[in-house]
Amino acid sequence: MSAVIENHHDDHHHGPAKGLTRWLYTTNHKDIGTLYLWFSFAMFLIGGAMALVIRAELFQPGMQIVEPEFYNQMITLHGLIMIFGGVMPAFVGLANWLVPMMIGAPDMALPRMNNLSFWILPFAFFILLSSLFMEGGAPNFGWTFYAPLSTTYAPPSVTFFIFSVHIMGASSIMGAINVVVTIMNMRAPGVTLMKMPLFVWSWLITAYLLIAVMPVLAGAVTMMLMDIHFGTSFFNAAGGGDPVLFQHIFWFFGHPEVYIMILPAFGIVSHIIETFSRKQLFGYSSMVWAMLSIAILSFVVWAHHMFTVGLPLAAELFFMWATMLIAVPTGVKVFNWVATMFKGSLTFETPMLFAIAFVVLFTIGGLSGLMLAIVPADFQYHDTYFVVAHFHYVLVPGAIFSIMAAVYYWIPKWSGNMYDERLGKLHFWLSFIGVNVTFFPQHFIGLAGMPRRYPDYALQFADWNMVSSVGAFLFGVSQILFLFIVLKTVMGGKKATDQVWEGARGLEWTVASPAPYHTFTTPPKVD
Amino acid sequence: MSLKYFQNLPLKIFSPLFVFASPMQADWFALNMTRGVTDISNEVFELHMLIFWICVAIGVVVFSVMFYSMYAHTKKKNPVAASFHENHKLEIAWTIVPFLILIAMAVPASKTLVKIYDDEAGDVNIQVTGYQWKWQYNYLEDDISFFSNLSTDMDEINNLVPKGEHYLQEVDEMVVIPAGKKVRFLITANDVIHSWWMPAFAIKQDAIPGFVNTAWTKVDKPGVYRGKCTELCGKNHGFMPIVVKVVEQEEYNQWVDEKKQAAIKMAELTTKDWTAQELVERGESVYAVNCVACHQTNGQGIPGIFPALAGSDIVMNQKDKNIEILMEGVQGAAMNSFSYLSEVELAAVITYTRQSWGNAENGDGEIVVPKDIVDYKKPKI
Repeated sequence: MSAVIENHHDDHHHGPAKGLTRWLYTTNHKDIGTLYLWFSFAMFLIGGAMALVIRAELFQPGMQIVEPEFYNQMITLHGLIMIFGGVMPAFVGLANWLVPMMIGAPDMALPRMNNLSFWILPFAFFILLSSLFMEGGAPNFGWTFYAPLSTTYAPPSVTFFIFSVHIMGASSIMGAINVVVTIMNMRAPGVTLMKMPLFVWSWLITAYLLIAVMPVLAGAVTMMLMDIHFGTSFFNAAGGGDPVLFQHIFWFFGHPEVYIMILPAFGIVSHIIETFSRKQLFGYSSMVWAMLSIAILSFVVWAHHMFTVGLPLAAELFFMWATMLIAVPTGVKVFNWVATMFKGSLTFETPMLFAIAFVVLFTIGGLSGLMLAIVPADFQYHDTYFVVAHFHYVLVPGAIFSIMAAVYYWIPKWSGNMYDERLGKLHFWLSFIGVNVTFFPQHFIGLAGMPRRYPDYALQFADWNMVSSVGAFLFGVSQILFLFIVLKTVMGGKKATDQVWEGARGLEWTVASPAPYHTFTTPPKVD
Repeated sequence: MSLKYFQNLPLKIFSPLFVFASPMQADWFALNMTRGVTDISNEVFELHMLIFWICVAIGVVVFSVMFYSMYAHTKKKNPVAASFHENHKLEIAWTIVPFLILIAMAVPASKTLVKIYDDEAGDVNIQVTGYQWKWQYNYLEDDISFFSNLSTDMDEINNLVPKGEHYLQEVDEMVVIPAGKKVRFLITANDVIHSWWMPAFAIKQDAIPGFVNTAWTKVDKPGVYRGKCTELCGKNHGFMPIVVKVVEQEEYNQWVDEKKQAAIKMAELTTKDWTAQELVERGESVYAVNCVACHQTNGQGIPGIFPALAGSDIVMNQKDKNIEILMEGVQGAAMNSFSYLSEVELAAVITYTRQSWGNAENGDGEIVVPKDIVDYKKPKI
């Protein structure tokens, strides 16, 4: 991805600067997109390595590899890094690369802020990771950091954690504002809202969600900071505060956050299925309305993460029904994808394989989500491995598969070279098998009664935990292959045509491959 | 090759690494939720199976259409794609039909939930308090109170000896409840949030400091039922199981009497004259249950999180301050009040820490007797 330009100075404008300063000072949306994508891949490997520590410890009952204290640090950092360092920056990177090209804009609307929003991220994660080496260890209270475990009972490094969350939040908010301003102001003439590519729509909605909820997260961690250092008692029952208040605030952020990590995936998958079905996407406007409904509903379902905190009956009923309602627009999306494929003219290149796996496995994750919405049943599922299986099904073969699909789909446009199809398919199949061997048995483990965040477990859970660990290592190792494929493509390979894919539609396919450093300096004509 | 072979295969491969780590029994068939032992938990199980099969049916229908397309509508078989891209009737249908299915799921779910939400007092009312990392049970009518700790040997956890049948699911003292009676649990916590989960009763309620949550059950079948803490509560979250023993009413009454007798004996111990040696012996076991998780067996604590007791000036020289910390806890730190322990236990454990790890030699070596704690508890003028 990084060798976009070297051999392609067909533009009369200046090309990229040379050397390291190109990347430090760049305000070019393509450079910044590349930075975001590489950064997220690095975080994906670090967070993945932590997942493997977890799975190695859970390979067999008994404590073998790490101490329970360190185990808790691993689950916490794994979650934070994958969410804030892996999935979110990857989507921002894709938005940077694709949104301007898809709407016929020359760049993002706020290029300097774009640079800033990327370059503060490495510092945030440096601070977070450095807490591993501090006295008392890294944050150990889970990525959901429930008070008072994360306040009164937290290790001293919690203050650094709060600071790094603030920086991540600032980065996300800036990124989101940039996306909104770009989409609202810089569409080429003729690109009306209801003609925008779905990826652009999905990011517009995601950006609004980010702007709405990241400040709420900032508020939550600031209240923690006050409780820890300035004698307040927001979350301290002994001081008149309320530990449950923390959960309400956190999940008011947390649930829209879940959709922040899946809406852009909906956009990506819609494009890929359309392209490789060689058929116009079924139900474009219902896709847009479905995403809007999902986004709006995401603000009124937060307490379904809290069914066991002792909410009153009326609240339990309301949040159960509201949550179940989300199944309707989500169902519409899945049906639309299937209807797009129906009577299409299908081929199964790597991006399409990932997209189809996305639809199937995301649907499985969605159905287990529906089960979790049923309060009486949730009393049995809550905080067990069933939940772990559920959200990994929507995040790994959901969000992460969509990101991989996007890389395979657009990398010919970014680099000018085709990836190696045989290796791509191998990567897909290894990932597909790995992900299912890892996470499907976790449904069994959870239903059989193993709670999440346990470093050790009773003997009846041993067999499927072992299978799950084997799958995790298979999945983890397969990602080295992904790195190799991407590097190989960036360095050379069969030249890509401008159109790249036979069935692809959209403005990004009208520019050269690789995309010139500056595209659409004069707006294209769109009917 | 039988299934048995595969069950033991990993053991064969890894036995040089983990001699005792492998389970002696295998459970490939632990795939689903188990039926409970109460009406409510059976209803929850039925509900779970209902929504499970509905989800399976939805999945089968959607994926069949998709897989059919993948088979029949490939570029080879269908070189020119159809051109349709909307169908309002179809779109309305697949909005309304799922909605109706959801209502079919929501109705029984709501009914069951209403049944679960019953706040009436029980025949037996037990206050359950979560601590890092143990449970306390207070029988409100009978004034019985005790702690329930994990009883699995550390050597089993560290793979030094084979693991027992109830590995990590056994406690030193079970909660005993009578069969056929409505038992209500009042669930709270003393430090961080815990969650009291008993799968066989379909009860999972968070234990939250400053709040009292309620849950109730009526178990007809005597037996021993095992549950776990399900809210991350720190280091030993995975090591604070719950075991409930359901017995017939007669046996329950007998158990209540025994517990009351034991409480009387304990009161007598408070007034007895204690020697340092007796206190240290008793204190060692109190320390092992209550203090060792943080301050460690060697009294060194964990640097940066849990302070060392060995060589601590408070433990060596400041007897009054030492008592005060145990009684009141330390504001803003993980050290809680341990005032819920008996006077004997408190005196014994303080004396144990003051006499161990060279503290007696380097400090004033004073002991604390139960009477000191009684005096501390008296109102101060």
